[in-house]
Amino acid sequence: MVLLKLQNISYQSENKSILKNISLKIDAGDYLSIVGPSGSGKSTFLKLCAHLLSPTEGKIIFKGKDFRQYSPIDLRRKIGYCAQTPCLFGDTVEDNLSFPYLIRKEKVNLTRVQTLCSDFNLDFALLKKDVQSLSGGEKQRIALLRTLLFLPEIFLLDEVTSALDVTNTLLVEKVISSLNQKGTTVLWVTHNLEQSRKYANKLLTIENGEIKAEEVLK
Amino acid sequence: MNPGTTISISSLFIASSLVVVSLLFSYFQKLGLEKETLISVGRAIIQLVIVGYILEYIFGQKSPVFTTFLLAFMTFNAAYNAAKRGKNIRNGLLISFVSIAVGAMITLSVLLLSGAIQYEPFQVIPIGGMIISNAMVALGLCYRQLSSDFKDKRDEVEAKLALGADVLPASLEIIRGAIRTGMLPTIDSAKTLGIVALPGMMTGLILAGVSPVMAIRYQIMVTFMLLSTTAIASFMACYLAYRTFFNQRKQLI
Repeated sequence: MVLLKLQNISYQSENKSILKNISLKIDAGDYLSIVGPSGSGKSTFLKLCAHLLSPTEGKIIFKGKDFRQYSPIDLRRKIGYCAQTPCLFGDTVEDNLSFPYLIRKEKVNLTRVQTLCSDFNLDFALLKKDVQSLSGGEKQRIALLRTLLFLPEIFLLDEVTSALDVTNTLLVEKVISSLNQKGTTVLWVTHNLEQSRKYANKLLTIENGEIKAEEVLK
Repeated sequence: MNPGTTISISSLFIASSLVVVSLLFSYFQKLGLEKETLISVGRAIIQLVIVGYILEYIFGQKSPVFTTFLLAFMTFNAAYNAAKRGKNIRNGLLISFVSIAVGAMITLSVLLLSGAIQYEPFQVIPIGGMIISNAMVALGLCYRQLSSDFKDKRDEVEAKLALGADVLPASLEIIRGAIRTGMLPTIDSAKTLGIVALPGMMTGLILAGVSPVMAIRYQIMVTFMLLSTTAIASFMACYLAYRTFFNQRKQLI
């Protein structure tokens, strides 16, 4: 089943063409790795899929319906997005992890938080810690954890392991792969060629804002 | 009023020699400020004389409609100036006008209902001027803070939007910061009243012969009204303006 369909997508910013005429189908359960040189438009591609930007031309179809037919909030709650630089807000880790519950007017599910903490090898006591005192790796894992408190149907990741050491990179890869096996569709932008082929079933290469290659791996 | 405090034209003329002191400093220290000083003094004299005559005419008009019209005119000018500080804010003029007008109306209503002042031009116009101009400065600060924060904290706002937040929870921290920025100068000046400076209104009353104990009553009232107008206007303006940083699809512009 096609989950996400991009139809002749172009994106321009300040008269500069960032993405040109991109068409792509992503099936439910796909694990798509996206590679390409810096500045090729990969991050913009993910932001369009996360509905943080709208295409200048073309349309994006999610489950048979145009993005514009969904309320932006409902749509973003179905599509998780993690940026390359983790952005933690508020004072403590707890502020970050309670935010997804707060905006849904729900009580924090501590069991869920605890499970994800152990998945990401994070100490539960970290919750009370000041976000400024965390290491880059901890920040990134908390940003990932924060996005997964409510399981998204599609998970968009923008070079999320670039600041992690080998152990934590492997850990994150495992968590994402296991999510994918349980049905979450994954779109992962990476610079690491080995990583791009490790778990993915499809590989997309973007260059100069255009699809250069689309490869089926598994 | 103590008649002994009236300033005669000859006294003013002698006092003008103080300008010469400033000019001499500029000339001998080669500051190059002579022309600038003369222009500023000339402008101050002309503007104040004109305002003096205008106010004398206005205070002579007993019509409440005329007084209200003048307050609206002052509010419009203040809103126009405040809106210039937030050029990227859609409907900045309208937002500023509504915010300042509501802030000033509530404050003036409380002052009028409490009997602290009467709806007479000689009371309402100067008091209105003080609160409206204070609100104008506060809104200018709010807009600048909003604009710079929506630019600097773009990643944070987008992270919250991506988590499925509506535009208000995604902007709440920025809105609060901007309101704080707008209100802080008024709060800070209230804290140091009487310690760092005797404020203009109190100084004026004392110079005019009013006893200091009576003058502080007015100053206390002024402090209250400035705080309330600034708070109301900053709060309204920030909550009305933040949406202009988003498009219809709730994306940051």
